[in-house]
Amino acid sequence: MNPLHRVVNYERGPDTLASSRVLRRTWPVVMDLCVGAIGLAIFYAIVRIGMLWAGPASEQMVVSLSPRALPLYAFYSIVRIFMAYVLSLVFAVSYGYLAAYNTHAESFMIAALDILQSIPVLSFLPPVMLAMVALFPTRHFGVELGAILLLFTGAVWNMAFSFYSSLKSIPRELREAAEINRFSPLQRLVQLELPYAAIGLVWNSVMSVAGAWFTLMACEMFHFGSKDFRLPGLGSYLQTAADQNDGRAIAWGLVSMIAIIVAIDQVIWRPLILWSDKFKFEQVESSKRMSSPILHLLTNSKALAAIARRTTEPFNEAIYIKLARWRKQHIAQLATHPETHTSSAGRVLPWVLALAGCIATLYAAEHAIALVRPVTRVQYLELLRGAAATFLRVNLSLVLAAAWTIPVGVAIGSRPRLARLAQPLAQIAASVPATALFPVLLLALIKLGGGMGLGSIALMLLGTQWYILFNVIAGAMAIPTDLKEVATIFRFSRIERWKTVILPGIFPFLITGMVTASGGAWNASIFAEYFTLKGRTLTTLGLGEQINAATANGEFPIILLGTILISLMVVTTNRLLWRRLYRLAETRYKLEG
Amino acid sequence: MPQTIIRAERVEKYYAQPSENRIQVIAPTDLSVCEGEILALLGPSGSGKSTLLRMLTGLSAPSAGQVFWHDKPIAMCEPNVSIVFQSFALFPWLTVLENVEAPLKARGMNDAEQRTRGLKILDAVGLDGFQTAYPKELSGGMRQRVGFARALVVEPEVLFMDEPFSALDVLTAENLRSELLELWQKKTMPTKAIFLVTHNIEEAVLLADRIVVLGRNPGVVRTDFKVALAHPRDRKSEPFTQLVDYIYKVLTQPGERPPALPSGPVNRPAAEARPAHYQELPHARPGGIAGLLELLIDHQGKDDIYRLADDLAFEIDDLLPIVDAAQLLGFATVNEGDAEITPAGAAYANSEILRQKELFRKAAVDNVLLLRQIVRAIDAKSDGSVPEEFFHDLLDEQFTEEVTLRQLETAISWGRYAELFDFDASRHRFIRPERLHSDGIEETGPQVEDPDAETEE
Repeated sequence: MNPLHRVVNYERGPDTLASSRVLRRTWPVVMDLCVGAIGLAIFYAIVRIGMLWAGPASEQMVVSLSPRALPLYAFYSIVRIFMAYVLSLVFAVSYGYLAAYNTHAESFMIAALDILQSIPVLSFLPPVMLAMVALFPTRHFGVELGAILLLFTGAVWNMAFSFYSSLKSIPRELREAAEINRFSPLQRLVQLELPYAAIGLVWNSVMSVAGAWFTLMACEMFHFGSKDFRLPGLGSYLQTAADQNDGRAIAWGLVSMIAIIVAIDQVIWRPLILWSDKFKFEQVESSKRMSSPILHLLTNSKALAAIARRTTEPFNEAIYIKLARWRKQHIAQLATHPETHTSSAGRVLPWVLALAGCIATLYAAEHAIALVRPVTRVQYLELLRGAAATFLRVNLSLVLAAAWTIPVGVAIGSRPRLARLAQPLAQIAASVPATALFPVLLLALIKLGGGMGLGSIALMLLGTQWYILFNVIAGAMAIPTDLKEVATIFRFSRIERWKTVILPGIFPFLITGMVTASGGAWNASIFAEYFTLKGRTLTTLGLGEQINAATANGEFPIILLGTILISLMVVTTNRLLWRRLYRLAETRYKLEG
Repeated sequence: MPQTIIRAERVEKYYAQPSENRIQVIAPTDLSVCEGEILALLGPSGSGKSTLLRMLTGLSAPSAGQVFWHDKPIAMCEPNVSIVFQSFALFPWLTVLENVEAPLKARGMNDAEQRTRGLKILDAVGLDGFQTAYPKELSGGMRQRVGFARALVVEPEVLFMDEPFSALDVLTAENLRSELLELWQKKTMPTKAIFLVTHNIEEAVLLADRIVVLGRNPGVVRTDFKVALAHPRDRKSEPFTQLVDYIYKVLTQPGERPPALPSGPVNRPAAEARPAHYQELPHARPGGIAGLLELLIDHQGKDDIYRLADDLAFEIDDLLPIVDAAQLLGFATVNEGDAEITPAGAAYANSEILRQKELFRKAAVDNVLLLRQIVRAIDAKSDGSVPEEFFHDLLDEQFTEEVTLRQLETAISWGRYAELFDFDASRHRFIRPERLHSDGIEETGPQVEDPDAETEE
């Protein structure tokens, strides 16, 4: 299987890249306002908690730089990712299931998902950590919880959307086959819904976990001068190593980071992806066969099969027999008492919950506005200035990234052999979280005499250019050869070739890459604009810097406003710019009919 | 008197529109499935036969009317039926055996018995040895066999089939049809009745003991009769071809009482005459219409529709829209199952390209309401462009979304061919065409002659 399918599974279409999906919803404005209000409410709740409990001094955490401590730190980091992932998976499946089968809640749930997907998670890092630390005097647990919460928030929405859209696109006849054969909801979930959604879930898991690493590294490094929110892990190791200018420790840290990423890729993702091929819905056997020794081991192991036979199979059988018996009883009851199914409690409860939710939202929204009132006009203007600066920075990094990745990507994509060499490398480069490298990068930059301005753009580039690169490679590979031959036969000039064949051909892929990159850059801005190294705090003008500074000074209204502003900007850019471009890509620039 | 297993009483399916209009997919219909017979539901696409199947199995509820299973309302019992689907509907991630066992699992059978029954039925349909294969390793015919095995493993009382052979190639379909008949006649399965939905007339006459023909727009029973031919039935025999011809007659004369049967048992009374309808544009291309007319000229200007279908190896869904379109444009007439070319049609078929366009243009504007409306709307606007959405909403009142989109597509294709208007796909607007040539007969801009208005010169 073409590893580029990891990012652009163009056979399956856009539903594996949930973050760039164009959604058609009813009443968009009303929905967004509702969701916005609720988001405001939740955020206010978090900040309020922080305010109430702000204050306890936290001890400085000591990070050992000896290589022997590395496996332990790596283990901590992996455990955090794993816990957050499992939580996200369970929640995502439940959320997607509820949204797909509950017509009342559906439009609202999808509207919420849409917005939550775009919000840069890292922008919540300072306030969430503050709140968590204040909530749990035992500092360590609070910060761990905060980290997992942030990881969860970043990972869950694209998986939820993938599951939801898989459920919605199950072919009608498969559903009817399940219904006419009296499948219980459990059997339908296990034999129809989960398998159908498997491929989308696997790809989105890969993306979610990659994003989780990015966020986790940032979380582990997080500290202001006085407040230390760091967690023992790979991120803090690298950051401490850079801080103390320990070259050997830096090297060890980088090597183990890359080793872990590669290991996860080979041991977990590759077998999973190959196994998920089984769930491909198209009825044609794919000609390329790649192998994974681990998958081979698991599927052909006699011991595992024996265990399954003794334990899971009889268990399954018992469940299904029981479910069938319940169904028969239910039908028999229906024949004798043909009355309505839902009890009165079942019908009233959702409305009660909705009403309670509305009241809570209004209360919190009102108080949030009260919290923000003391902000002066000067401060507002400052925030807007910061927003403009970050906006320019994000787009500059996008332009720079596109400027080098488009020519390189097209060059690679046009030469299949080169592509085959470059793909695994690009893969690894993309999976290494840029946030882990940031301290090292900053160190080098400082030595060379540069400042944070350059550093922030460098970080954004590092984190996001790979997405654009292999999307462009995939796009270049997808341009049909006959179009290229037309350009050759009619002797198109280089400019014409690019204008008529290449750029339109890669356009959909380019947009997909740019959308992901843009989201990533905004996400990184919190981290990239304010960093403490060797006791000095390096900053550059921007929203991220302002939020961080406000957190350091405990200025909660600014934190609230800053975070709202950043989320608003991302969502608006998505709506106004990327959606339109994506729609254009899907209609005018789509290659098949 | 054979027992009635399923009975539908005045079942209807409609979609209510916000504007108080109703899109009637199926008009009030009575239908019963009786023991010991193969019933074929025959009709062109859009006649609602799949919808009717789903109402009879309990998969979807009728908008009005009731369905009874052994005289009990179907919503309150679990009818013992199963369905064989057109696209096979197999789960690609389960092996053949697992696919067949799935209904048994749902019914709470234990693993060992599931396996025995599954293997037995696979043997009966000829798939012995394939139990651990995955569907993607099998050919189309074998996949449908798995579909049959899965449907029969639960020993249904009525076996429903939704166009089961239309996704297969001709030879495989033939093969499976005869195997189905064999299974039915040898009574190897305890199934009491088979309900087959198809759009292939020959298939219906080949297999069925009773044929119900549905008309479209809205779906209504046009005729319901028994087929008394003995098995094995010969396609070339006189009674066979007579029946096929009769069915074509019924289908090509909508709005009239169906003609008398060629022979044999009395048919049930036909539906009442339907009210006049908003004109529906048949889904046919100008090229197809020209081809049909040329074929008719070749056959001395007149031929049996049944024979035309045979010559072209077309089925109802392929041929009837073209015949309808030719009739609509006044290029051909249909009478008693025969299609005859008119002088206008002959002129069209014999002209060269530009003249053809012109004749088509005149015929289209004279006879097709939708095209006339579009051209008038374009003329009425100073910038000469009209949004597509306007006509979409107009049609949406009368037709389902799918039919509306199809009609718009056909209208665009006819309009472009006839140079009545152009269509800007990126802005979704009908725009005034640019005339590249003048042919001395008509002036620039489409001339919309209102048939009701007095002609002036």
